[in-house]
Amino acid sequence: MGKLSRRVAIVGAGMSQFGKLFPLKRNPDLWVDAWLNAVKTVDNGIEPKNVDACYIGNYSSDLFNHQGHLAPQMANFVGLSPKPASRFEGACASGGIALRQGVIAIASGIHDVIAVGGCETMNEVSTTLVTDALATASDNLFEYPSGATFPGLYAAVASAHFHKYGTTAEDLMRIGIKNHDNGTQNPFAQMQISIKDLMNNKLAKLEKQGRDIPDWKDEFDFLKSSSNPMIASPLRLFDCSLVTDGAACVFLAAEDVAKQFTDTPIWITGTGQGSAALSLHDRDSLTSFVATKEAARQAYQMANLAPKDIQIAELHDCFTIAELVAMEDLDFYEKGKAVDAVRNGESKLDGRLPLNTSGGLKSKGHPVGATGTAQAVEVFKQMRGIAERNRQVKFDVEKALTHNLGGSGATCVVTIYQK
Amino acid sequence: MRGDNLSEIEVYIVSENEKEFTMESYLEYLQSKKLMGSKCKDCGETYVPSRKLCIKCNSTNLEWIEMSGNGKIAAYSCIGVGTSFMAAKGYSIKNPYCFSVIKLEEGPLISGQLIGVDEKHPDTIKIGTSVKVKFLETDLKGETRVDLGFEPA
Repeated sequence: MGKLSRRVAIVGAGMSQFGKLFPLKRNPDLWVDAWLNAVKTVDNGIEPKNVDACYIGNYSSDLFNHQGHLAPQMANFVGLSPKPASRFEGACASGGIALRQGVIAIASGIHDVIAVGGCETMNEVSTTLVTDALATASDNLFEYPSGATFPGLYAAVASAHFHKYGTTAEDLMRIGIKNHDNGTQNPFAQMQISIKDLMNNKLAKLEKQGRDIPDWKDEFDFLKSSSNPMIASPLRLFDCSLVTDGAACVFLAAEDVAKQFTDTPIWITGTGQGSAALSLHDRDSLTSFVATKEAARQAYQMANLAPKDIQIAELHDCFTIAELVAMEDLDFYEKGKAVDAVRNGESKLDGRLPLNTSGGLKSKGHPVGATGTAQAVEVFKQMRGIAERNRQVKFDVEKALTHNLGGSGATCVVTIYQK
Repeated sequence: MRGDNLSEIEVYIVSENEKEFTMESYLEYLQSKKLMGSKCKDCGETYVPSRKLCIKCNSTNLEWIEMSGNGKIAAYSCIGVGTSFMAAKGYSIKNPYCFSVIKLEEGPLISGQLIGVDEKHPDTIKIGTSVKVKFLETDLKGETRVDLGFEPA
């Protein structure tokens, strides 16, 4: 129980450009781009004939693109037909589930090499339809008629966290500012711009239009202004992740064959998955996600590591509050204490525990089903020392973690990586 | 052949006074402005919406109970960019509505729209404030739909 029967490694990983790319790029285009970028990172090369199966994480091509049955199409576009192709769905954790199932399938001995992917093209439909499509990942009968949206559900969690632990809207803004700063260093990110530059652009625009210039002394003033509208109190626009088109690809290989592809595989030593009631109101805690705690418990136990051993992590910051809650649920910090780390900059790129070096969902973007695999791509790059621009952390990363949360926390996958 | 297995199939015969614990039964009660839950006769756990299977003790020995409708705000958010259902009711970024999670005095938490509060000033709404149930009517092409809501007590 809780052990992999043989070791599984990532031997290559890459992602497509993330952004508002439809109709220039649709799922097959994005997936091929991700595949080609992943192939480039495999030291000794990899071809379709080396790959036994294709596992795709995708939340809802049905609702976003009126296209079901996605996996065989994706497999075919990279030359994998007639090999087995399967799609996995767990809302925003779809990519994480595909990755975990790939690990399990290889550990079981049924496959040696699997291409794990994630993709989502969300910009084919209007914002209202995106909101409604995402809302189907929450409870349709009892939450939806009460007006619950995704931002609204996370905002309700934030309200409870603020009340219980004294967290403030400004603390959440710090998380958004940090993730945007990281995103400026990621050429694949959707918003490669800092909040400060966004503010300065806005000021320049107002000046050009001859309008009144707001008296903003720093980013916080800008973020508290009407230029950052309240989506669902206390969450404003820049607390929310983006509507994104994108794909990611990871090549998994069994220990028996990994050395054919590279001398420096990144081992997946821990994988865990948890679940919870679909509705917030059916859960025991409104300030913590039990699915995360369960997934983390399993992953730490399998890897035989403690939270303090983790050096970097990609956390599921679909909303700024989600990063804060994850910092606590993963036991990086005691409950209610993660704000201290946010305030003193520990989670910044040069901090003690860099979080979301990729820019996170906030700045890199959140193509729902691709997010879980894209997190693995970032960790792979950081551990290999090949992260682009100036976001490579300054120390050797031997142990890393990714946290992929679905819906309003009803599904979670936690993965641990080691050199 | 099928008849041989009939005895193995659970058949629920429901009298007019005793509805089966289904989603539809709960919604029918809601439509008639009753907030109903089910209570486990073995362990005492209460469920709103009602459930047929007690997930605390695995019992199916539950009974309907009507909730008082009194509770306290456990979490909330004033939502500017809402669902299409709420947008159709006229809510917008300039006219937000309040989504809330209420802790009922019987124990369970339940979601509902919170009315009678200042949605444009969310900081004036306080967690822990006492509320009471308010059944919200929406006219849908001549038919009245009832949804669960709350207002300050």
